[in-house]
Amino acid sequence: MINFQYSRASDVADAVRQIAADPKARFIAGGTNLLDLMKEDVERPTRLIDITRLPLKAVEDTPDGGLRIGALVPNSDIAYHPQVVQRFPMLASAILAGASAQLRNMASTGGNLMQRTRCPYFYDVATPCNKRTPGSGCAALAGINRMHAILGASDACIAAHPSDMGVALAALAATVHVSGLKGERSIAFGDFHRLPGTTPERDNNLGADEIITAIALPAKGFAKNYTYLKIRDRLSYAFALVSVAAALELDGDTIKEARLALGSVAHKPWRDLGVEASLRGQTATRETFAQAADAMLRDAKSYGHNAFKIDLARRAIVRALTQAARSTPQSQSNKKIR
Amino acid sequence: MAQTRPARPVRPTIPAPEKIPLTLTVNGIETRLELAPWTTLLDALRDHLDLTGTKKGCDHGQCGACTVLLDGRRVNSCLTLAVMKDGAKVTTIEGLAKDGALHPLQQAFIDHDAFQCGYCTPGQICSAAGLIAEGHAKTPDEIRELMSGNICRCGAYPNIVTAILQAMERS
Repeated sequence: MINFQYSRASDVADAVRQIAADPKARFIAGGTNLLDLMKEDVERPTRLIDITRLPLKAVEDTPDGGLRIGALVPNSDIAYHPQVVQRFPMLASAILAGASAQLRNMASTGGNLMQRTRCPYFYDVATPCNKRTPGSGCAALAGINRMHAILGASDACIAAHPSDMGVALAALAATVHVSGLKGERSIAFGDFHRLPGTTPERDNNLGADEIITAIALPAKGFAKNYTYLKIRDRLSYAFALVSVAAALELDGDTIKEARLALGSVAHKPWRDLGVEASLRGQTATRETFAQAADAMLRDAKSYGHNAFKIDLARRAIVRALTQAARSTPQSQSNKKIR
Repeated sequence: MAQTRPARPVRPTIPAPEKIPLTLTVNGIETRLELAPWTTLLDALRDHLDLTGTKKGCDHGQCGACTVLLDGRRVNSCLTLAVMKDGAKVTTIEGLAKDGALHPLQQAFIDHDAFQCGYCTPGQICSAAGLIAEGHAKTPDEIRELMSGNICRCGAYPNIVTAILQAMERS
């Protein structure tokens, strides 16, 4: 691996001071993505700031009935936390759909948001990539792009965001709490990650001097009617081709509220407030769900190898909303899709 | 259309850092080390402590051959920096047998012929020990899912699942 300096942050303010003082430094917590990228020569930080001793490991109730998850809580601890299992099972399910048991034990909540795309051209330093080397071009546009984005991409970058957890956090309307030189602020989950546009080197809107301290979930967890459906090339331990977080609040067959987010189809977890609004008041039928799927994918664009993902996403949305309506969420151990 | 290849950026010269002192309790033995910060826990175990039971497979967290128990939880030691784990307890495959008796998982892997070449086996067994301690897997489906971070290229998976079931029943 490359040579780098190592330091520990003693508290959040110290972490902020250290990262602000060194633009080539990176925070490290679980390290599951950053160390891999350093071994691949994609990330070349001159300093790693170890934040694992910061007091960001609590899971706490919030005054509004929600849950606040510290940025350093390991993914597996969230997935099996009794409050999450009971009140936010869609989040637990999404986490268990991703990575492996070992990686979930290591990976932090904040780190999951900061993980980078698994576009193979981003990883291969012998190929052009605007995200890795701005201005060098995008090898994926005319390359092997079956894993790539079908929504919100640009001529500069068609990489997809790989997170499962993030898709559930988008659907649950989570909030990202951050701290920086100017103090603390919170960012709506949908505003945290960015579309590539002409600056694909920027994955998110976190400031260069900022650190994620917590993720907050609002009270509404949709524990009765939800699913996280992940479609991938093998049954376990693979990134999604398409994933769907779907949640409904039903009054009989009538939809009172709907949440819908897609994973691995765009540069960020893809949520469409207009489609969710259009589901309100509708009857929960296959036809309703098919219309929602068509609306979600109205601007979908193929780059060649990934054309199949548009149809796959459409059918996955219908299936996921059906699973949610029937209270039969996708099992993450028995992968038969019903 | 031909695309130009980006020139590799020139690396800034970084002064070599001093080695960092740390203490790990490895298989019950407190061990003092001085390591460069980029030394992974895997390399610390293999190259600095001569504990070569833990295997380097992919070195990217994809194969699970490097799985060890860190403060009781299974992790990929190849994606863990040793200096970040100062004060931690590490259990490797060498630390599972007690008083000359094989760990129930080691015995079960032998009983059920749960390996061929054996290269993934230390990681499989450490991972299975973590799985049993976690207590979330009850059925073969759940064992398969929660062991998916350990690849066996010989394809001994059915026997691995049977061996883990046996060890679960006896633990």
